[in-house]
Amino acid sequence: MQRRGSALSGMMTIAFKEAADHFSSARLHLVMVLIILTALGAIYGAIGQIEATVGQDPFLFLRLLTTGRSPVPSFVGFLGFLLPLVSIALAFDSVNGEYGRRTMSRVLSQPIYRDALLFGKFLGGVIVLAICLVTLWLLVTGLGILTLGLPPGGEEIARGLAFLLACLAYAGVWLAMALLFSTVFRQAATSALAALALWLVFTLFWSMIVHGLVSAMAPIDPTDPQTLINAVQLQAGLDRLSPNILFGEITQALLDPATRSLGLVFMSQLQGAIPGAPLPFVQSTLLIWPQLSGLVAAMVLIFTGAYVVFQRQEIRA
Amino acid sequence: MTGPVLEARGLTKRYGRATAVTGLDLAVNAGEVFGLLGPNGSGKTTTILMLLGLTEPSEGEVRVLGHNPLREPLAVKREVGYLPDAVGFYDGLTARENLRYTARLSGVPETEREERIAKALERVRLSHVADRRVKTFSRGMRQRLGLAEIVAKGCRIAILDEPTSGLDPQSTHELLELIRSFAADGMTVLLSSHLLSMVQSICDRVALFREGQVGLVGTVPDIAAKVLGGLCLIDVEADGVDLQSAIGPLEGVRKVTVGKAGTAQVDADADIRPDIASAIVKAGGSLKRIDISHSDLDDVYVRYFEGKEDRDAA
Repeated sequence: MQRRGSALSGMMTIAFKEAADHFSSARLHLVMVLIILTALGAIYGAIGQIEATVGQDPFLFLRLLTTGRSPVPSFVGFLGFLLPLVSIALAFDSVNGEYGRRTMSRVLSQPIYRDALLFGKFLGGVIVLAICLVTLWLLVTGLGILTLGLPPGGEEIARGLAFLLACLAYAGVWLAMALLFSTVFRQAATSALAALALWLVFTLFWSMIVHGLVSAMAPIDPTDPQTLINAVQLQAGLDRLSPNILFGEITQALLDPATRSLGLVFMSQLQGAIPGAPLPFVQSTLLIWPQLSGLVAAMVLIFTGAYVVFQRQEIRA
Repeated sequence: MTGPVLEARGLTKRYGRATAVTGLDLAVNAGEVFGLLGPNGSGKTTTILMLLGLTEPSEGEVRVLGHNPLREPLAVKREVGYLPDAVGFYDGLTARENLRYTARLSGVPETEREERIAKALERVRLSHVADRRVKTFSRGMRQRLGLAEIVAKGCRIAILDEPTSGLDPQSTHELLELIRSFAADGMTVLLSSHLLSMVQSICDRVALFREGQVGLVGTVPDIAAKVLGGLCLIDVEADGVDLQSAIGPLEGVRKVTVGKAGTAQVDADADIRPDIASAIVKAGGSLKRIDISHSDLDDVYVRYFEGKEDRDAA
């Protein structure tokens, strides 16, 4: 049945309202304070480490992001861990919250489609994430300039921007996930708990699960090297179901220009290569393209799930 | 405008095997205040959601100002204002900000927006708290804010779901006054309620809901006449007499229902008060009060459902 009128009318109104709500919410302030503090800690640790070990490095700024001084992980490590938390904090109650406040039917009785509401909510979250990430990035860059006394080079800025984009895609996956949970579960607490549980699975337990699965599904026969290759490939395939792993690979290739491959490399493929020589930025982007596409695809897929559930939902509050 | 502005034909809604609304026909004319009455769970809210296009009917068709809410939901929602049962607002925003948000969503032109919102708040007498957070509002104020939203939207039809439920008498009275003033401005109002005597005071016509069906439609006196079937209800209060045996045998008495402390209600074919009075006196009782019962909607309603149960039992 053909329906008349744009499905997107009202979307930007909702997106801006959501963004404004987030920026004034104590929840976001709390998470952002946490992130900024950890960022400061990580960068501070990295600076000490860089001064101690690396004298001459063409990518000093990138080192700043990826170097950690035990026991403090690197800035990138922190982001991989904490970005999902920000996304979850933004979206875990976005749809069920409207039911809880009994505003859903009132908003939907305005001349908008349901599509606009869900798109707007997602977009509002993305706007907030983008603003927060850009702020954080600028903060870290500024801190780097102050402490290192060097401006970042053109290539470093390009890589930094690409990294920013990857962060956004990664956070977007979790935003869509939290949105899906907020649509499926009517209780905000349930949806928060479900999202956090999934977050724990992917950040802590995924590698263990994959390890178990691989040894069960592709046992290694010491006499047959092919089984080893199969096992490694299966492991990589399963690993990459986790957005955290994808994000890790992307940051590795983007922020460490010497990374030449994200999978198995055979000796024959290394012929003629200069170990440790940096790849140009464009080559690094080619390297991470599948991972980035994977993240975006996951985001779209999960959001579609939320969309379908939401469209079929009974509006009664 | 001639003809009904709101029309439903053969409207049916099924949830799995349960049926919420069955073959509902409804027509509301322009400028009317129309009441949907029925107990909780009789399908009023479901019907309203279908009229708005928020829920898809399993069968049947709805026309709102000539539009089908399923095909042209935006056109319908632009003309219809909805006040849900126990309306909610964004607690962290002020009354004005809440209205601004929905006014933006409903596409009120930017140049008129602030003025319309101010006028709407004025009209529901919330101007003095316009910039206070809704968090601090009482239930009555929230309901009034909901009405302000409908005013600001400038729609031709208002659908109010249980607008007075949970309000104190003073707030109820204020709200009813507001609804009456909407109708006076030519707005068509459809409201649902289970508070019958209240609805009786403002509705032009009423549809009585029972188990997902409209039992009766008409003005309150019409419905009363239909349900009571020409019955005359008489309240009697007397001491020192068994009312049942004194009044029961009289000609024209159908039923005597004895209540507490010497009161009884008599169902009679005609006004036989003199006969009852003399029967009581003859039986040696002292008559304290005898009255024609006000056959208000509450009575009609109770009797209507009584009748249904009797038939079920038979």
